[in-house]
Amino acid sequence: MSASAGARVEAAAEPEARGRYWLDRENVLAPVLLLPAVIYIIALVGIPLVMAVLYSLSDVSVGDQSIDFVGLRNFQQALGDDIFRTALRNTFAFTIASQIIVLILANILALVLSADFRGKRLVRFLVLLPWTTPIALGVLGWLWTLDNVYSPIDYILRQVGLLGPGSPLGTSWYGTNAYWLAYPDRAQFSVLLVHVWRTLPLATVILLAGLTAIPQDVKDAANVDGAGFFRQVFSIRIPLLLPIMAVAVLYGIVFTFTDMTVVYILTRGGPTNATQVLASWAYFRGIEAGALAQGAAVALFLFPVLVGVAALMLRLARRAETV
Amino acid sequence: MTSVAPEHASPSPHDPMTLSPASQAPVWDDAANERERRRARVRKVASRGVLYVTATFFALFAALPFAWMVLTVFKTNTDLYNPNQNPFLYNEPPTLANITYLFENTEYATFVRNTLIVSVLVVIVTLIGAVPAAYSLSRLAGKWGEGLGIAIFLVYLVPPTLLFIPLSRVVAELGIRNTWWAMVVVYPTFTIPFCTWLLMGFFKSIPRDIEEQAMIDGYSRLEAIWRTVLPVSIPGLLTVVVFSFALTMHEFVYALAFVTSSDQKTISIGVTTELIRGDVFFWQSLMAAAALVAIPMALLYNVFLDRFISGFTLGAVKG
Repeated sequence: MSASAGARVEAAAEPEARGRYWLDRENVLAPVLLLPAVIYIIALVGIPLVMAVLYSLSDVSVGDQSIDFVGLRNFQQALGDDIFRTALRNTFAFTIASQIIVLILANILALVLSADFRGKRLVRFLVLLPWTTPIALGVLGWLWTLDNVYSPIDYILRQVGLLGPGSPLGTSWYGTNAYWLAYPDRAQFSVLLVHVWRTLPLATVILLAGLTAIPQDVKDAANVDGAGFFRQVFSIRIPLLLPIMAVAVLYGIVFTFTDMTVVYILTRGGPTNATQVLASWAYFRGIEAGALAQGAAVALFLFPVLVGVAALMLRLARRAETV
Repeated sequence: MTSVAPEHASPSPHDPMTLSPASQAPVWDDAANERERRRARVRKVASRGVLYVTATFFALFAALPFAWMVLTVFKTNTDLYNPNQNPFLYNEPPTLANITYLFENTEYATFVRNTLIVSVLVVIVTLIGAVPAAYSLSRLAGKWGEGLGIAIFLVYLVPPTLLFIPLSRVVAELGIRNTWWAMVVVYPTFTIPFCTWLLMGFFKSIPRDIEEQAMIDGYSRLEAIWRTVLPVSIPGLLTVVVFSFALTMHEFVYALAFVTSSDQKTISIGVTTELIRGDVFFWQSLMAAAALVAIPMALLYNVFLDRFISGFTLGAVKG
């Protein structure tokens, strides 16, 4: 930066100065302007990424910062560990299940929000809340909503008779509370619910942008031809929206697959690691337990999926360019 | 730039339903006509009903924890911690004591201050990195500009959970571990990529003529950018400022991994690590801490929504 700023001052002082002359050449100015961003990204993303790989192949820990290579031992250890396998399975399960649900709900919600009705602005505001609120604070709201004793959901379930003695849902619902975060299966359900809740808004607004971009003459032609509502949805909207749906789902995959905030705040991976995911397990091993090498190895299991997502994004962006 | 605000776009999707195929009615007598009209009316009312029910369902689902949050903030202890009464009502008069408690007896004010400092510095670093890079890629770099732009955008998708272990070492080497400086240094790794991408779209929509004219008038390229391109880009720059600010507010993982002293923490991490305490009687202030951030953030997002989305859609939507 300082080089280009200096050159500008010089150029202003003497219009014919040589500094101005070479900085005006596009093949000089282009890299100069790009430099600050590129240096930043190489220094704080590129190098750490390489370090992550080196760490995962070494025995580095908080106590012993020197990097001694141990081959693939950390990966073998991780794969042999039951908690890791649970985390791996959960990460995929939460991601796939939540994104299938989000895709269905986002299509419906985008359709609703593309209609005109009274109170639409309010609905849009409320529907966006989960995305606009910092994740940690939104999840904190859920932690309190799913509280073991004071959950308002439990109150509603008690009122309608689904919770309490004689509940039709089974004996595990006979108590006064559902303990959403204390039973393994209910805790998993809760994590899934929160993921759906927080990734739905972005998917919806992306689809909405796609919907509004469908050319008016296509819709008019469909109307003139007498295509019904469902015919229009399935023969026009969905095919035309496929690329943009892919974009929406790819963001959802990245944000769910790599997330540890939901699990960290809601369950801390519990009960008994039943909701542990790769990212949270990497944190507990690498930062809290100080086993940096193992944490790095666990986190690297995220990498292949991310590369796949990046490749698909690239293809979609390329396609958008050529259209 | 893509997409206009969704609400003033396109006719509503129920229109095709109301345009019933009346022309297909074989006999054109009055009775058939009347029947047809009544059926169309019923269908229209039904489709409106479905629309409102669906909209309400989604609004409730999205707002449930927030509604419970806001309700909780103003409850007294004896009201809140009584599971036998209706939690959706104020069984005792609402109180502001919980908000006062939050500011007077906790470090919340410190978290707010730290968040603001970090945000401002992150915004500055982001602008210094992203504005020249975006200009270079959209105007000067020619063919490889777009490709490199997408590559930089993809850096935004590299998650904190992949990098936080090596970065904690980097931050320690820089001597800024356990201070809010760590966040100032690390957060631009995801704000610069996204903001460069957003600004590229913006610069492309500005005609080249304006800086070329300035250059003909005797200004150097950099002066021309400063005098002509940046002033007309203010809406784009503002978007970048707001987005960097929002990403800083949202970030949790790096802050959790790098900062352990409570006086250095930002809101997201301070509230969830320092204020969740063993004793239960604190939920109202905790919810106040969250709601006081959530509501202004939501308003801010709504103003800039369409510009953010145009970045997220990767140009796959042409406006």
